[in-house]
Amino acid sequence: VAAGVFPHRVKVVEVGPRDGLQNEKNIVPTPVKISLINMLSETGLQVIEATSFVSPKWVPQMADHTEVMQGINKLPGISYPVLTPNLKGFQAAVAAGAKEVSIFGAASELFTRKNINCSIEESLERFSEVMSAARAASIPVRGYVSCVLGCPYEGRISAAKVAEVSKKMYSMGCYEISLGDTIGIGTPGSMKEMLTAVMKEVPVGALAVHCHDTYGQALANILVALQMGVSVVDASVAGLGGCPYAQGASGNVATEDLVYMLNGLGIHTGVDLQKLMDTGTFICNALNRRTNSKVSQASCRL
Amino acid sequence: QESQASGLPEYIKIVEVGPRDGLQNEKVIVPTDIKIELINQLSKTGLSAIEVTSFVSSKWVPQMADHKEVMRGIERHPGVRYPVLTPNLQGFHSAIAAGATEVSVFGAASESFSKMNINCSIEESIEKFEEVAKSAKNMNIPVRGYVSCALGCPYEGNIIPAKVAEVSKRLYSMGCYEISLGDTIGVGTPGSMKRMLEAVMKEIPLSALAVHCHDTYGQALANILTAIQMGVAVVDSSVAGLGGCPYAKGATGNVATEDVIYMLNGLGINTGVNLYAVMEAGNFICTALNKKTNSKVAQASFNIGTI
Repeated sequence: VAAGVFPHRVKVVEVGPRDGLQNEKNIVPTPVKISLINMLSETGLQVIEATSFVSPKWVPQMADHTEVMQGINKLPGISYPVLTPNLKGFQAAVAAGAKEVSIFGAASELFTRKNINCSIEESLERFSEVMSAARAASIPVRGYVSCVLGCPYEGRISAAKVAEVSKKMYSMGCYEISLGDTIGIGTPGSMKEMLTAVMKEVPVGALAVHCHDTYGQALANILVALQMGVSVVDASVAGLGGCPYAQGASGNVATEDLVYMLNGLGIHTGVDLQKLMDTGTFICNALNRRTNSKVSQASCRL
Repeated sequence: QESQASGLPEYIKIVEVGPRDGLQNEKVIVPTDIKIELINQLSKTGLSAIEVTSFVSSKWVPQMADHKEVMRGIERHPGVRYPVLTPNLQGFHSAIAAGATEVSVFGAASESFSKMNINCSIEESIEKFEEVAKSAKNMNIPVRGYVSCALGCPYEGNIIPAKVAEVSKRLYSMGCYEISLGDTIGVGTPGSMKRMLEAVMKEIPLSALAVHCHDTYGQALANILTAIQMGVAVVDSSVAGLGGCPYAKGATGNVATEDVIYMLNGLGINTGVNLYAVMEAGNFICTALNKKTNSKVAQASFNIGTI
């Protein structure tokens, strides 16, 4: 792999308000969520995942999904996708004003069983209902595949399985497939192997990577993905969101640290790093926690 | 096989700098016996090079005041090298008297950093190192050269790759067998790492190069990956990520050895080092220092609950 060939631009998909907060212990008040999203909207980010239309029984942090969706400033040129696990969630999301949705598949049967109590095949059937409704309403759908580099229950996940699930979701009509290293155990080696398999089935322009930093590997894994032509990267401001499978361990990669690396590579993101750091400071104060972003922690100013 | 196919080195030597660079940048003064125990534990992990202490005036670096006792007190395992820092001829003689069989000298690619750190210009520091190198050569003592601020300086900001190449070349020409290029404040990214290495590789053979990345901005593993993609096969790191950044209060410094090994293992690259043994040594020193590890691999591994 040539050390020097990178995309000119990378789209950063900010998942802090949803994936990040969902995995934070403290319930965040609705106005704070709304302020967070509004601040993120001022940083240059083009995609901010706002909330999840899932039952509050399962995910209490996202119980205020309707209020959040209705309360945020929706700036032109910015997309505010929301998670919709099924048709009911999709309908609630659209009623609340959502213009883009996401669905979550997995490359592991056991993970799917434990997470949403059905098989991969059954989950895809549920999603096809969402896809039909979304198509009818001209709503774009983003597909996530979890456990692409390993599963907390099954351990190793074959690259072929990831490719198979990705292909199915892409064929169903998802415009983009975000490949998630859910427990952060991947390394540049497994990332490369997985992407090589997936890229046989899904065009690289439709691929994104969603790396967790639980083992400190996220930026190295993202670097390899970029070298292979991936130009969409998910991240979470301040590295919000721990890992639910390893107590006390970190989860999402910090958007600040990602943007710092992309800036250093001369890759255009459109994101203002200082404004992003300020947003991270805001939400960490509100959550009364330290940031997980190393760029934020470093007070060295050059 | 996996690593060969990808153009990466088959084997990477890890140089463990925790007992020196790591502890030197920890606030709490560590008792001599703890230092010795740490080094002894590290000696059993498969590491082939462990930087143990620094023969520098205790006025400047109180943490390293017990350099003689540490040098004399550690177990010397066959196949493991125990380099020590020697900033000048006096330190060198003291190190040899205490039993050192390998030494390191520290240059910088920044004039301001050199002045602020060791109170002399780059040229003056090179002259001092030449004295050390000459004596070392006469005694068949290998010398490793470090170049600080290779990707940026806390005082000067940007550092041009040509300057790094120039200082590296001076150190290599005087007889240093290896040049460790240090991103002292961790500001580098894969872009600046690549440009710097391209310049240095014009002057120094690849096999004599090492990278010493700090993780202050979270970039260390990505920078190391870039370096090994370019063929660098020696990487410095610090157990448990010991050692903060003296230039950015509260920020992290050295990259954690555990996290480096995890990545190299995943790439199919041989290091000879047992990750679990390193994690245990990391756990030992963090307990002794009463601090949390900076290694994410260690954090994740000690906290995995039963699923």
